[in-house]
Amino acid sequence: MKLHLRVWRQTSAEDRGRFEDYELDDVSPDSSFLEMLDLLNEQLLEQRKMPVAFDHDCREGICGMCGLMVDGMAHGPIPGHTVCQLHMRHFKDGDRIVIEPWRVAAFPVVQDLVVDRGSFDRILQHGGFISFATGTAPEANSILIPKDRADTAMDAATCIGCGACAAACPNGSATLFTAAKVGHLGHLPQGQPERYQRVVGMVDQMDAEGFGGCTNVGACTSVCPKEIGQDFISQMNRDYRRAMLGGAGD
Amino acid sequence: MSEHVRLWQEGPELDGRVPPGSIENKWDDLRFSMKLVAPANRRHHHVVVVGSGLAGASVATALGEQGYRVSCFCFQDSPRRAHSVAAQGGINAAKNYRNDGDSIRRLFYDTVKGGDYRSRESNIHRLAQISTEIIDQGVAQGVPFAREYGGYLDNRSFGGVQVSRTFYARGQTGQQLLLGAYQSLTRQIAAGQVEMHVRSEMLDLIVVDGIARGIVVRNLLTGELRAVLGDAVVLATGGYSNVFFLSTNAKGCNVTAIWRAYRRGAVFANPCYTQIHPTCIPPSGSHQSKLTLMSESLRNDGRIWVPRHPGDTRSPDAVPEPDRYYFLEEKYPSFGNLVPRDVASRNAKHVVDEGMGVGPQKNGVYLDFSEAMERLGRATIEQRYGNLFDMYHSITGEDPYAVPMRIYPAVHYTMGGLWVDYQLQSNVPGLFVLGEANFSDHGANRLGASALMQGLADGYFIAPYTIGNYLAGTDRTAVTADAPEVTGTIADVRNRLSALLGIQGRRTALALHRELGHIMWEQCGMARTAESLSTARTRLQELRESFWNDLYVPGDAGSLNQNLEFAGRVADLIELGELLVLDALHREESCGGHFREESQTADGEAKRNDEEFSYVAGWTWQGEGAAPMLRREPLEFEAVRLSERSYS
Ligand SMILES: Cc1cc2nc3c(=O)[nH]c(=O)nc-3n(C[C@H](O)[C@H](O)[C@H](O)COP(=O)(O)OP(=O)(O)OC[C@H]3O[C@@H](n4cnc5c(N)ncnc54)[C@H](O)[C@@H]3O)c2cc1C
Ligand code: FES
Repeated sequence: MKLHLRVWRQTSAEDRGRFEDYELDDVSPDSSFLEMLDLLNEQLLEQRKMPVAFDHDCREGICGMCGLMVDGMAHGPIPGHTVCQLHMRHFKDGDRIVIEPWRVAAFPVVQDLVVDRGSFDRILQHGGFISFATGTAPEANSILIPKDRADTAMDAATCIGCGACAAACPNGSATLFTAAKVGHLGHLPQGQPERYQRVVGMVDQMDAEGFGGCTNVGACTSVCPKEIGQDFISQMNRDYRRAMLGGAGD
Repeated sequence: MSEHVRLWQEGPELDGRVPPGSIENKWDDLRFSMKLVAPANRRHHHVVVVGSGLAGASVATALGEQGYRVSCFCFQDSPRRAHSVAAQGGINAAKNYRNDGDSIRRLFYDTVKGGDYRSRESNIHRLAQISTEIIDQGVAQGVPFAREYGGYLDNRSFGGVQVSRTFYARGQTGQQLLLGAYQSLTRQIAAGQVEMHVRSEMLDLIVVDGIARGIVVRNLLTGELRAVLGDAVVLATGGYSNVFFLSTNAKGCNVTAIWRAYRRGAVFANPCYTQIHPTCIPPSGSHQSKLTLMSESLRNDGRIWVPRHPGDTRSPDAVPEPDRYYFLEEKYPSFGNLVPRDVASRNAKHVVDEGMGVGPQKNGVYLDFSEAMERLGRATIEQRYGNLFDMYHSITGEDPYAVPMRIYPAVHYTMGGLWVDYQLQSNVPGLFVLGEANFSDHGANRLGASALMQGLADGYFIAPYTIGNYLAGTDRTAVTADAPEVTGTIADVRNRLSALLGIQGRRTALALHRELGHIMWEQCGMARTAESLSTARTRLQELRESFWNDLYVPGDAGSLNQNLEFAGRVADLIELGELLVLDALHREESCGGHFREESQTADGEAKRNDEEFSYVAGWTWQGEGAAPMLRREPLEFEAVRLSERSYS
């Protein structure tokens, strides 16, 4: 099929950036969205032009490296999918597709569709772990965890850190990302000793990074490729309030 | 033999430095005899770790916790994205939680046999011993492993073994183990013990007086090249399946780090041992950029078949029973669809080559669940394989509940890698190699769920001791940034980048990579012959020339240039391809994932030649255009008896 692409081009963080239009022929409906971009880049190279920079690695929805706004939707139109899992059969011959990077204040654009998500790593550096040193672990089955708690922790732990939540949020908030890690560790007995310290450290860092506040819009959950639920946000807010009231350690 | 003399030079034997004593006590004895660095002195030692996958993140963490200064590098934008994240099935550990007869000894035995007796016994025994600690470690980190209703850990049987020893976290075990390691690493980063450098690519190894003393890294965002010096260098840079272009590996997986080390003197062992996984989704066209693995468990209930007559284009439901060829069930009546990975893969290739392939590209075989659905009901199938069916549907656009799946084998894992001794140190002192990047534990074939185990054993529990022993035991003079080896290595890297940019030809790195994959897959894939390998040698040489004469890379080296990064990786993959083919040509036997058609039993099974080939093949770079040197490490089996595999 034939596509009309409108792609964001920006040479560097300092460049103001602009859209450019490209025509692409012979796109197979069986190819993935990123394979379609590969084809575009081969065409640009043939014309001796700079290809479009975009991040990707696993191309199967698990590493969290890819992330694009497709027609204004984070990861495109199919719920529960990353853009690397999106296939061109969901588009029609002759479609016009607008492709942009994540637009989030705390994710500065590096080049074209590539952004800097280092702020996510820094949020986790403020408590997104269990303080434990290699060698001190007790026998695995000495920590019993009811199945439903383990399952809930796993639901949160599936976050791939792609940033779609923040990109979809009108406030550019990283609340779902942060809540997912707080929820993962907070549901496990191993995570209890640092539970309140963790939530305060991470939430404060999220603010310090320049992410916006959460106003319960819910756009984050609807674009999350792992469909992580809003209830983790409520849970995080409860923990944060309790920590502020001096509940830490209960 | 006379031709062989020209293809490679013979070199001295390699010594794996395996400690003496009974196999059960080797590791304990060695640990006791190793030198220790006093806690107050550790901060004076700087260790450079390349890679943040399971192996790299775990070793950086463990060294940081002990008080060493660590710098860790990865090319992704966060350590959490290393390819380990994609592992699905699980991780083995000899916990014997099921009381089903598992033990360290059995895991050891299964791994030696699974590797088709081409691995070092002592390493595997240590791996089996350590396996149980890894699960303890993961739980303490908060890895949400699957649980039973009583709150205990669940586990399952995986990859055809007879005991249940595989621990898992849904279909995302690699992701959860990596996040566990990443969280611990994050804690060390926050504490200032580990300095993390993302979007940084190691492009060379710095060797001074024969000792590894640092790396040259390129900052992928700014293009800045610099030397990072250290007291030891650890490479944990993963596997090189992408030499086949299409594989189940992430797009970024490459061989550059270990290939550059090879060119600086490190021995490369068994490059030809590659694993091909039978249940992947077949390519859908020339746009295909990678392949997706479907869990092997599907073969428990799916029946594999193709139309009996080549060229039959009827839709699967229109092919009557007598016209269906259930080739595995017919050829291997007792194992049927559950024959091992390599046997299933080769047979699928065979029927496709004979023109019986199915699907629009005629490049797959059916994996049919209709009978299982009738027998067990759709609900059971949904419960067992629902997520896999959804994934298949999303990729192919076909509903596997209604039409049979199509599958085809794909390259999945590389057992070969840099040679290391028992202490995971390469032949270059100060250079340690961990995880999929080394050759150590899987012989000619890796068992399911044992790569995650190996990466974490190497990183958390082996290398932190052996690196300490190295640091305590050697006197190293200080190397400064203006040493000729340092400035010289940076200059080499700079020249190479300029060379790539300077060709200004017409072919793209992607087109050249595709061609590389095509040659490797057709001539050196599931079945190899002296003839196909010779063809591959010639074609790879031509490809290398075409690359260096006709490559086009736009832009410059002074900023983010993804095409330049990629071209450098492809250049190294082509050279590796040549060594891989040479290794395959020299090994005139079949073993594990390496199948030489000349060496098979009457019923078409891989036939080892223990007399002549019971050794590790270690290759040493001898300079541009010179034949490499072959150094052998003889394999001795004391605890396990050599025997033949049989599935008929
Ligand atoms: C689809 C799939 C499923 C799998 N499932 C299982 C399973 O169920 N069980 C199992 O045991 N195994 C499984 N495996 C195998 C297993 O996942 C890998 O072998 C293992 O995770 C490799 O870990 P690693 O740490 O050695 O390397 P990787 O995780 O690949 O990490 C490599 C690291 O090195 C870095 N790096 C590489 N080169 C450079 C360079 N030049 N400069 C800087 N950094 C560099 C990368 O950035 C990355 O951080 C699977 C593999 C695949 C492909
Ligand atoms: S490339 Fe890994 S999630 Fe898309």
